[in-house]
Amino acid sequence: MKQIQLKQVSKRFGDVEVIPPLDLEIEDGEFVVFVGPSGCGKSTLLRLIAGLEDVTSGAVIINGEDATGIPPARRSLAMVFQSYALYPHMSVRKNIAFPLRMAGLGKAEQNRRVEDAANVLNLTEYLDRRPGQLSGGQRQRVAIGRAIVREPTAFLFDEPLSNLDAALRVGMRLEISELHKRLATTMIYVTHDQVEAMTMADKIVVLQRGVIEQIGSPLELYRNPQNIFVAGFIGSPRMNLLEGSEAAAHNAHTIGIRPEHISISTDKGDWEGVVGVTEHLGSDTFFHVSCPAFTNPLTVRAGGDVDLSYGTKIFLTPDKAHLHRFDDKGLRLT
Amino acid sequence: MARATSNRQKLITSIIAWAAAIVIFFPILWIIVLSFKAEGDAIRTPLGVLTSSWTLDSYAVVQDRSDYLKHFFNSVIVAVGSTLLGILVAVPAAWSMAFVPSKRTRGILMWMLSTKMLPAVGVLYPIYLLFIQLGILDSRTGLVIVLMLINLPIIVWMLYTYFREIPAEILEAARMDGAGMRAELLYVLTPMAIPGIASTMLLNVILAWNEAFWTLNLTAAKAAPLTAFIASYSSPEGLFYAKLSAASVMAIAPILVMGWFSQKQLVRGLTFGAVK
Repeated sequence: MKQIQLKQVSKRFGDVEVIPPLDLEIEDGEFVVFVGPSGCGKSTLLRLIAGLEDVTSGAVIINGEDATGIPPARRSLAMVFQSYALYPHMSVRKNIAFPLRMAGLGKAEQNRRVEDAANVLNLTEYLDRRPGQLSGGQRQRVAIGRAIVREPTAFLFDEPLSNLDAALRVGMRLEISELHKRLATTMIYVTHDQVEAMTMADKIVVLQRGVIEQIGSPLELYRNPQNIFVAGFIGSPRMNLLEGSEAAAHNAHTIGIRPEHISISTDKGDWEGVVGVTEHLGSDTFFHVSCPAFTNPLTVRAGGDVDLSYGTKIFLTPDKAHLHRFDDKGLRLT
Repeated sequence: MARATSNRQKLITSIIAWAAAIVIFFPILWIIVLSFKAEGDAIRTPLGVLTSSWTLDSYAVVQDRSDYLKHFFNSVIVAVGSTLLGILVAVPAAWSMAFVPSKRTRGILMWMLSTKMLPAVGVLYPIYLLFIQLGILDSRTGLVIVLMLINLPIIVWMLYTYFREIPAEILEAARMDGAGMRAELLYVLTPMAIPGIASTMLLNVILAWNEAFWTLNLTAAKAAPLTAFIASYSSPEGLFYAKLSAASVMAIAPILVMGWFSQKQLVRGLTFGAVK
């Protein structure tokens, strides 16, 4: 069932059109990630769904009803903000209970639901503290707790992990994914981090300058990027994008090859190159190889045990089956 | 070496700060000293003043000659009344300017502030005439209104800067949590703004308490607050130093005590936003 639909939704701020008219459908229970570089309009799109911004034109349909003119308070959506946006003057308990209090639930029911949420999020022992006395990760949990207690139609996350340190981010990422599996509620998640998008999403929406570049599952986007932007944005390290005679040889303007689809040899191969900087990750090693044939160095993945010193002459061979071809407009060639 | 320099710097800074504080406080201290002297001793050389005997006579005379309590109550009503009225008007104004700013918000704020640059005496005549026509000359109602109006720009500015510090995301979170306009103001914004509102009120009470231009010009006997009480002891000949000092001490004591107890709140309110 289509739970949230955007029909020809657009947004202008004064003379600037941040989102040209677009259509989007989100299924019930889906985990959808809006991803794109900063300023691509992903947060604005989320805020249009939330009702925190008014659409310039088009309609926002939630649960089959036109919600375009309905204020955020009555859209039955819950949102988790980047800054957590907790109420500093209320205890954790009151913070989590606030949406229930607004919904007019009885004290006993409020308490029961708050305790349940606190249990799920390991917040039980912090219930009587103020947000100021909590760490970043705990504050983020409270913000999530405040979102889940009211059992909304969908959760909206606006870059919820960007204020956390790297280790905590990985942990919270898992917790949010776990939460999604358990609640089976629709989640819309905004991030600029393609790793978050790849690891969490059922469906990724890649945005650039307010335009949807591609929609698909993480692996669909990874394997079949529809254009150069998606090809370069999804995947870490980035796909190698090559132009010139090598691309022309494949009847394309640009060809793309992922680091793991290039094999290394010390005696023979298609492209000759010199090893530059090496990044050892333990499980994998990434070599940045300068080839005279290309302007930019190529990134190549090898096993964790491969060791080549700086300046070593090597040969690279791309796996032709995994070559991506793009035309001069940057669109995929089939 | 570096440490020695920094210690010396600290010492110099301390001395300068203390010197400035003493210079600022000295007149008040001297008034307190003079108030405990006989009228004849009060006009002697500073050394003579300090070595002469101490007495409570001036206080007794002042208390005897004029009705301190009446002036005191007038001051309280005018200061508190103008503050409450000012807050009532300024909170919605500052609120809308902070959270729903328009293109003209900045201009309106500057325009409001610019009224404070005008010499008050410039509008004395029209206001005096207005007061006569409205029949509120020498009335507490009139004073409350005029003091509220002259301090309004400051109240609005203070509240505006304070509200601006409240992150908009928290208000949006409240909206997402199902809070309507009323609940948002009542449960989220107001509790968060209380320290700011309190500092603003404190400052305004002090400003209104000390205001001397309008209170002296628009009152005679009925509504005269403590400023008029002090003024009644000043004479061109300067013969009543001790009594004038006693009256001054009695007038400033309540506000000094209040300021002393609330200084933490006051400093916090005044420097809010500056340190962030």
